[in-house]
Amino acid sequence: MATRASEQLRVLTGHQAVAEAMRQIEPDVVAAYPITPQSEIMHYFAEFVANGKVRTELITVESEHSAMSACVGASVAGARTMTATASQGLALMIEIVYIASAMRCPIVMAIANRALSGPINIHCDHSDAMLGRDAGVAQLFAEDAQEAYDFMIMAQRIAEHPSVLLPVWVNLDGFTLTHTADVVELLEDELVKEFVGEYKPRYPLLDVDHPTTQGPFALPEYYFELKRQQVDAMESVPQVLLEVQAEFARLSGREYQGFFEPYYLDDAEYVIVVMGSTAGTTKEAVDTLRARGEKVGLLKLWLFRPFPREEIAAALEGKRAVAVLDRALSLGNYGPLYLEVSSALYEAQRRPRLYNYTYGLGGRDTTAKQLEAVFMQIQEKTFGKEMHYIDLRE
Amino acid sequence: MFKSYKDLPLGGVIEAAPDRTKKKTGDWREEKPLWDEAKCVNCLLCWVRCPEAAILVEEGQMAGFDYDYCKGCGICAHTCPTEAIKMVPEEEEVPEQARVRAKARRDGNKSK
Repeated sequence: MATRASEQLRVLTGHQAVAEAMRQIEPDVVAAYPITPQSEIMHYFAEFVANGKVRTELITVESEHSAMSACVGASVAGARTMTATASQGLALMIEIVYIASAMRCPIVMAIANRALSGPINIHCDHSDAMLGRDAGVAQLFAEDAQEAYDFMIMAQRIAEHPSVLLPVWVNLDGFTLTHTADVVELLEDELVKEFVGEYKPRYPLLDVDHPTTQGPFALPEYYFELKRQQVDAMESVPQVLLEVQAEFARLSGREYQGFFEPYYLDDAEYVIVVMGSTAGTTKEAVDTLRARGEKVGLLKLWLFRPFPREEIAAALEGKRAVAVLDRALSLGNYGPLYLEVSSALYEAQRRPRLYNYTYGLGGRDTTAKQLEAVFMQIQEKTFGKEMHYIDLRE
Repeated sequence: MFKSYKDLPLGGVIEAAPDRTKKKTGDWREEKPLWDEAKCVNCLLCWVRCPEAAILVEEGQMAGFDYDYCKGCGICAHTCPTEAIKMVPEEEEVPEQARVRAKARRDGNKSK
């Protein structure tokens, strides 16, 4: 493909890849506050701003609550707006994230996934991402730096699509992806700019010839209907994602087709469902077991919100057993991803046996050997339905 | 009233600027500020800190309160360095002069 020849092959950390995507998109406004492990994204991006590589207005604020508030203000004013955060920072933002969604602000946010305190910890898990589960943001999970880069660019188009207009989070595993270097293919700057196009806001507050009042009070007569609008917006995401993926494939040669990546999934009898970098580890476990003739496979979920329940159910129906791996707890029940998958399978005719594992909390490493053991455990019909914990000292 | 959520403007946007003349928020007040012109040194800290832009200023001089929009928070009284502003119960009579000047100020704004 002609476009592929012009791509640049670089060795980048996940953070650099995300910052490069932001440089190429060149949003009008970025407001952010530093937090481990996200800070480096802004170090790199601030350098682009200082060196005149982008004309973005970078607003340094006193907290993530202010960062998100500034983003909402900028977005409502009509600016293409981005931010990045993690963990406690996201927790502090979350009040305003709900408002950004309700005010239909297409803000693209990179989330360098990190455990939530307490106990305080700076390493990866998906607890922070789960804060947004009900907030009205679309959520993508990247397996590697390449996906993080590609998703940042696609997220822009999804967020700003007229039938969506919601914040989009690009989740990448803290440290595992953000601080490790990988080979990343960057697109030409001009191609990215052309792909994302110009943002044309529907109600820019700075358009003084067409004054608007934004974020008004909505009492019982209106609140319910306005929430219903957000439901429609979220339900528009899958179709928009497919269109954007197809267009992106023509541009980059990288095929993202659908809401998850199947890996030896079609004829698999035993399946692991997982999000993020651990999907890579799972592929290694699948390769090892496939070499021994075991019918195992992986469903690597890219799109967590909106949850592609019908497609997931169709992909898992008829399997003998499925292990859903959660990198977050929903204290008081099974893990959040398990509950989603379990609910999706309720309507299926041939439901697989379903198991829930919690893994990797607070950055605990998960190895291919441990995942091989998961594949073997779920083959036992008597295996318990209680929550299982990978590499926990019981 | 809209028939369907689909007819509502996106995100509840109102396609008009806010019209403060239709909603006089001053009637939320339980206490109101009272100004002692003799004690006032015209520092205008009250004007700086009033969250409702209800301190009236004429030619750089403190000129009273806009009681149509003052919500009675008391920040002006708290911030005044010479105690020229005090909060009094809403029922208490306000000198006519302050009311007249406030009204004149607003009418003047409108005619411009």
